[in-house]
Amino acid sequence: MVDATALWISGHLAEKIRAHGAETYPHECCGALLGRDSSAVLQNDRGTGAPAREILQLFPLVNRRDDSPRNRFSVTPQDVLEAEKAAHEQGLEVVGWYHSHPDHPARPSEYDRDHAWPWYSYIIVSVQNGAPQDMTSWRLNDDRAEFSPEGIEIRHRAAV
Amino acid sequence: MPVKVMIPSPLRPYAGKRDSAEFNARTVGEALGHLAAEFGELRKHLFTEDGKLRSFVNVYVNDEDIRYLAKENTPTKDGDTISIIPSIAGGCI
Repeated sequence: MVDATALWISGHLAEKIRAHGAETYPHECCGALLGRDSSAVLQNDRGTGAPAREILQLFPLVNRRDDSPRNRFSVTPQDVLEAEKAAHEQGLEVVGWYHSHPDHPARPSEYDRDHAWPWYSYIIVSVQNGAPQDMTSWRLNDDRAEFSPEGIEIRHRAAV
Repeated sequence: MPVKVMIPSPLRPYAGKRDSAEFNARTVGEALGHLAAEFGELRKHLFTEDGKLRSFVNVYVNDEDIRYLAKENTPTKDGDTISIIPSIAGGCI
């Protein structure tokens, strides 16, 4: 199991993710989440904790799935390296990824689960008829069986 | 013949937080096998149940994609660096 985790993001960056989803509708958008795990530890009911994670910058990417961009997105390993380079130049890490679900709920699909790694935060924004709606974040459990929801906290500045 | 395997951030929690590990290996497959043997929790995130590399897991030897070499049979030599880079994929259905 993943301990209860929280993602801190500014309203400005959260809005940018929504706008990206609206811009590429009816296709899926995607991008990298640049940030870091904080030293603050969230306590859960088992007395163990996981650090809060703060998103400080986005790295929007081009969806490489030309064949089925309405229900798939793909980021090449070259794009992953570019995102990591951009993060390292600013003393940050790629801590996750965002994508949109056009006309589908903001819940991870089986396909999402099959292609995920633990540790990363996966933000999903639902875009219905071109208008961004719910935004959620998820982390894959250690056993790969399912995702655990991760709370998104909107903070003025996500600095810890 | 030690080769260095770079461990990506998402897999470090399963490898004692290490960012790399060195193994004696003659091929990429051997090196990854040693990695998965030493850090058992990491195996399922690299390999499917039937032991194949997951489709979104890309492996490079000194920046060369092993798909364009001899895949997991790609020979390694002393001092080589193996990198594991994911493709990120998903979708709403």
